Amino acid sequence: MAVIKKLKAIKIKQNHLLGIQDLSFSEISDILKQAKTFIALNKGSAKKLDTLRGKTQINLFFEPSTRTQSSFELAGKRLGADVMSMNVVNSAIKKGETLIDTAMTLNAMHPDIIVIRHHDSGAPNLLSQKVNCAVINAGDGAREHPTQALLDALTIINRKGKVEGLKIAICGDILHSRVARSNIYLMNMLGAEINIIAPSTLMPHSIERLGVKKFNNMKKGLEGCDIVMMLRLQNERMQGSFLPSAREYYEYFGLTPDKLKFAKKDALIMHPGPMNRGVEIDTNLADDINRSLIKEQVELGVAVRMACLKIFCKKI
Amino acid sequence: MKEKYLINAKIIDPKNQINEVGGLIIDSNGLIKAVGKKVTNGNLPAAATKIDLKNKILIPGIVDMKVFVGEPGYEYKENFKTLSSAALSGGVTSVLSMPNTLPVIDNVSMVDFLKRRGRDKASINIFPTATLTKNIEGKQMTEFGLLKRKGIVAFTDGLKAVQNPRMMSRIMSFANQSDSLIIQHAEDNVLSEGGCINEGEISTRLGLKSIPALAEKIIVQRDLSMLEEFPCRYHISQISSLKTISVIKRAKEEGLKFSTGVSINNLSLNENDIGDFKTFLKLSPPLRTENDRLELVNAINKNLIDVIVSDHKPEDEESKRLPFAQAASGASGIETLLSLALELAHNGSVKLEKIISAITCNPSKILGIKKGSLDVGSDADLCVFDMNKFWSVEKNKLKSKSKNTPIEGRKLQGKVALTFVKGELVYKNN
Repeated sequence: MAVIKKLKAIKIKQNHLLGIQDLSFSEISDILKQAKTFIALNKGSAKKLDTLRGKTQINLFFEPSTRTQSSFELAGKRLGADVMSMNVVNSAIKKGETLIDTAMTLNAMHPDIIVIRHHDSGAPNLLSQKVNCAVINAGDGAREHPTQALLDALTIINRKGKVEGLKIAICGDILHSRVARSNIYLMNMLGAEINIIAPSTLMPHSIERLGVKKFNNMKKGLEGCDIVMMLRLQNERMQGSFLPSAREYYEYFGLTPDKLKFAKKDALIMHPGPMNRGVEIDTNLADDINRSLIKEQVELGVAVRMACLKIFCKKI
Repeated sequence: MKEKYLINAKIIDPKNQINEVGGLIIDSNGLIKAVGKKVTNGNLPAAATKIDLKNKILIPGIVDMKVFVGEPGYEYKENFKTLSSAALSGGVTSVLSMPNTLPVIDNVSMVDFLKRRGRDKASINIFPTATLTKNIEGKQMTEFGLLKRKGIVAFTDGLKAVQNPRMMSRIMSFANQSDSLIIQHAEDNVLSEGGCINEGEISTRLGLKSIPALAEKIIVQRDLSMLEEFPCRYHISQISSLKTISVIKRAKEEGLKFSTGVSINNLSLNENDIGDFKTFLKLSPPLRTENDRLELVNAINKNLIDVIVSDHKPEDEESKRLPFAQAASGASGIETLLSLALELAHNGSVKLEKIISAITCNPSKILGIKKGSLDVGSDADLCVFDMNKFWSVEKNKLKSKSKNTPIEGRKLQGKVALTFVKGELVYKNN
């Protein structure tokens, strides 16, 4: 508790967390600093604070999600907020009600914070124009997933001390990945060098304009990297329209001990989950406690989301 | 009707190569009786009342070759009456109405309905189109001959290209036999599936599915190849990309006969204007890069593009206040077509005469209608505008029923002062 009080003077210009692109360097450092204070708390036995006591947090998930939704739920509860999770995927809201109408309905219940995940890029931006509370983007279309990038940064800092000067490879289905985009913006801002590795059918147009180098050859892309971030490849993309087969993909873009040798000796592996073992990543590598940060990412995810909830809830 | 005398105007009529200070006489039947420098105050009866245009510019009433009306089926977006007042305030006196209504215009009885509604409710000239294929399905062609006899001036599927090349070649062949004009919305459905924005850095940043320029180029290239085999009256509705321009240039050099249009939006805006998911700038074809825009402007100067259209597509708020991917595409634009086009003249990128041609005599020549000129004996459809008047676009002041202007707040120079249809003064700007 004492540590937390030290950080009161956090200044955030935005009312909402819609994307990494909207944040400044100092805002990002503040969020990460705040998150660090929660890491220890989450490991202790008394995990509950009263920072957001009396505040209402609504989780509005238009796409199925396990880890992000539970992570936000836990984060809110640990800060003492009343958390309500609406699983829109199966609810009446899906039947013809527009996003704006849903927003108006929820707004009438006076929440302090809405966490939204939506299959359409820009949906959180639209929502934020219509409600009086803070909106946190938990992933929109193929645009941004800011809290995932923040937790990735925190995980890297936790192990390597800093992001600046590191060489990070992001590998997989970049075209459909919001995680990749948010990470590109964030790691760039924090001073990393970024290699993007993907088959050409899953490489977005003009990606190099985002300040990265692109590779179709995984071994070349991994050369000298400190961090290897693997992305999930969705099943429907494997069957012929983007890729010939899962087997072909694994051969050229799956992370195997063989390919990992091209990265630095102490290179660490990350994955936002859920993983397809044997498709994008070798199962032993995923579980290698010396190399894999995958469990740590989940752990620190709660801390980062607590920090975001605390900071953005305050603004309103 | 009394005779009307308009004097002291700067007259521009590209068809008759008139560009001089003079006047115009409208006879008692609403037809143009005389036009030119000889019509001066001194040459007219002293007692007659004259309209002194004080050196404003007088051009033929604008012919807009791409307009969505809303009737039947989408009256809540736009009807003939609201369209007319919007058009007139923009100096537009004739429009080519798209067939993408509910139901679509694909049979003779629909044309009768449309003509009746147009006659009773519209105060501008409505030239209706019918679809190329039944229900815009691209499978069965419509009755070109019978529809044409009923008064259809052109055939187009409007928002969709005919995808099947065999179908398209038969359409071309049949259209030639009935001397029908066919207009293609050039976009490959498979390449553009789910897309809503130009493919490039912006689509990558916004995480939106894209419509590659290739989707347009490939249909234009296909159609022009077929046109060699099946010559007919063929018009490309709108192009948006510099890749397509190179295809058009090559075909023109080879002597192929066809015409091409462009939307004023693609000449005045680019993909950066979409900013933070502004759905009013979601258009079809999409806005592309600044480089594409510059090349399109250039293509007008090089006579590779013949027509500028407003691509007026009124959409209500409900259709636009949605996440970008779900929002309807299209923008309201008939009222701002001329003023926005004048920007190109003011900044020196296109000569004024060229712009006037692209919105008057060129479209009417392609359509084969007696509009878009100041021919003596033709209907006195006129547009008078003040080249230098400053104004800014405010959506709530627009007359169209839908307010989805893509240029809200834009400061423009040049505004319509008077509009005449068949000799009647039907719009006057205060």
